[in-house]
Amino acid sequence: MSTDLSKNYFELFGLPVSFELDGAALSEKYRELQKTVHPDKFANASDRDRRLAVQQAARINEAFHTLKSPLKRARYILELRGIVFDDQHATSFEPDFLMEQMELRETLGGIRQQPDAMSSLGVLMQEVESKISDMIGTLGSLIAQDDLDQAMSQIHKLQFMEKLLNECEAMEEELVDLV
Amino acid sequence: MALLQISEPGQSTKPHEHRLAVGIDLGTTNSLVATVRSGVADTLPDDKDDHILPSVVHYLADGEPLVGSEAKKHATTDPLNTISSIKRLMGRGVLDLKHIGTRLPYEFAESDSSVPRIKTAAGEKSPVEVSADILRVLKDRAERTLGDELNGAVITVPAYFDDAQRQATKDAAKLAGMHVMRLLNEPTAAAVAYGLDQGGEGVIAVYDLGGGTFDISILRLNRGVFEVMSTAGDTALGGDDFDHAIAKWIMQQAKISDDAGHHQLRRLLRDACAAKEALTSADTAELKIELENGEYWEGVLSKEIFNQLVDPLIQKTIITSRRALRDAKVTADEVEAVVMVGGSTRVPRVREKIGEFFGKQPLVNIDPDKVVAIGAAIQADVLVGNKPDDELLLLDVIPLSLGLETMGNLVEKIIPRNTTIPVARAQDFTTFKDGQTAMTIHVVQGERELVSDCRSLGKFTLHEIPPMVAGAARIRVTFQVDADGLLSVMAREETTGVESGIQIKPSYGLTDSEIENMLRDSITYAEEDVAARNLREQQVEADRVIEAIQVAMQQDGQLLSEQERTGIDSAVERLANVRNGNDHNLIKQTIDEVNNLTTEFAARRMDQSIKKALSGQNVNEI
Repeated sequence: MSTDLSKNYFELFGLPVSFELDGAALSEKYRELQKTVHPDKFANASDRDRRLAVQQAARINEAFHTLKSPLKRARYILELRGIVFDDQHATSFEPDFLMEQMELRETLGGIRQQPDAMSSLGVLMQEVESKISDMIGTLGSLIAQDDLDQAMSQIHKLQFMEKLLNECEAMEEELVDLV
Repeated sequence: MALLQISEPGQSTKPHEHRLAVGIDLGTTNSLVATVRSGVADTLPDDKDDHILPSVVHYLADGEPLVGSEAKKHATTDPLNTISSIKRLMGRGVLDLKHIGTRLPYEFAESDSSVPRIKTAAGEKSPVEVSADILRVLKDRAERTLGDELNGAVITVPAYFDDAQRQATKDAAKLAGMHVMRLLNEPTAAAVAYGLDQGGEGVIAVYDLGGGTFDISILRLNRGVFEVMSTAGDTALGGDDFDHAIAKWIMQQAKISDDAGHHQLRRLLRDACAAKEALTSADTAELKIELENGEYWEGVLSKEIFNQLVDPLIQKTIITSRRALRDAKVTADEVEAVVMVGGSTRVPRVREKIGEFFGKQPLVNIDPDKVVAIGAAIQADVLVGNKPDDELLLLDVIPLSLGLETMGNLVEKIIPRNTTIPVARAQDFTTFKDGQTAMTIHVVQGERELVSDCRSLGKFTLHEIPPMVAGAARIRVTFQVDADGLLSVMAREETTGVESGIQIKPSYGLTDSEIENMLRDSITYAEEDVAARNLREQQVEADRVIEAIQVAMQQDGQLLSEQERTGIDSAVERLANVRNGNDHNLIKQTIDEVNNLTTEFAARRMDQSIKKALSGQNVNEI
């Protein structure tokens, strides 16, 4: 229907397809775009125009949040290059990575029994966050070198790490609620 | 929707005409209406110069209900017919009453409807109807003061309101005959009122402690755009709980038993509230409590004891604030301004504790009771079209995750909390059994993993799935949340295109027929016959469509080919003719035709506005 839908997220924001991204420019453009399509700008328009505005604004929100997150952005770039992610049957991982995952998860599992659960969790979360940050750095260079296979496996690993971080956050909330 | 359009047929919308719009703060304890006049936003008083309308409705066996202070006078003498704090019941189901209802001294009717109904002298009333009675008074006040009918209203809701509660609020406004341009989150409204958008940039925290609800929102402000980064809160925590804590303390001191009657309970709460208010400026509050045997108990509530009583409640708000900061990924130090909202932030202990937590003095210079209504009025003024060049844009988030039930009573989250709205997300699901031809989609809202721990918003079934082996069908479920935070859900079988078109109705909201019945019952429409009403609605809608197309053609006619233009012109002319007839079905049909014919045009216009926003700027220059 709208030609706009044929544009990829980078084009939508007038940005080059690249993992390196100027976050300030992205946010600035996001606000520009929302100022033109947000349903509030169509408060007195017909129902149909308002529906269209909702769709457009939703798409711009989706694009913004995809590009803002390094992991989602990397995945999106690979998808643009034709790579199909099969999350159900992910690639196999090196034994080292699997060992590390098991250890981290065991630590998280044992947090509740720790005398000062909150600060132990804090230490764990810092460790996970710093690993994620290193892995994203590597991911960036893999994409820059066009090593898409390695990039894909790196993305799968990062998804594991993000999931772990989410579980840490859920645990944190649980601990806070006990206070 | 057109059913309640306020504009009259043929009403003009000339470019420089000032349109009337109000912001309404529909609060648990008090409600207010505000508007922008000569560039200044302020609340509107009634004829006794009171700005605040207590959110209390007193029902009488005959005649109009009393609303506000007049109603409040009957709270102790006729508690069963005097409804207050109705906001706590908005969007709640009969089952929720077990948790909230014990504190509400009303009689609930046994009913088949999932919506609770309160027995009153004027018949059974749903929370939506009670709220509509409050809104109607504010609408009348505004129209009397401004001298004409309103073009639209912005109504505020706690940021933490779920889908059912928002839907109920919108239903109430419709029932009161208002055109709701937007449901706006209260904290966002407060930030707007402080005019922080005038040149400001940075992170703002809005701490809103009202009579019955608590909200904290973290916003980022950048050149007129307020982006809500996170929001958290508690729909059952507020100043009322301070009163209850004091009342409980008094009961212990005065040895009043727990099963005291309605009257006693009301009096206690009133005295507790008075003591709380006295303590905002004094160090002690004198208490003189009338007991059921007619004797009096006298005592003193000191600031120290009061602080001890409320500290656990304030602590709860601080824990919630911490979670909001974490979700927004900012620290308390990064917050540049803390805006205080809600009457309960008058309590000095609250200001002290919150100031301590954020490490800065909270902003309190706008009356915390009025600040939300004022912000809503500013937004209403922009939305109604009085400030076409205004930069103000409010980007809200959904407060609670939306998901659906999967095997084993588990919730699969589709849209996580704090996602910016509007938003649309799709996820594919498949069948569980060979030959399965139907699938029930159960939509829930909440953070927990088990369906039973989340709020059920509604269920629907997708039929006619072609029989296949288990796992072969592709059912795409799409969630869409609009700018008001209201959800609709669609399910579609991808191989055949079988679709279940669902405008989801929250289980605790009202069904269309319930709304229709209420409308029919309502006095506003009692004397009109249905056909005449239908005709007028369609005429109003036709006028709106024609006007919108004319404006669009004037601005962007060049986007159309000669042939397309002629086609649209003649369709519009046909509609203009039909509109003057008296067949509402024909008008509706013609409106639909015109709408279909101009869909592509609308899409092109939208594209063009996007291009305009992007043109002439490449990334390096920004």
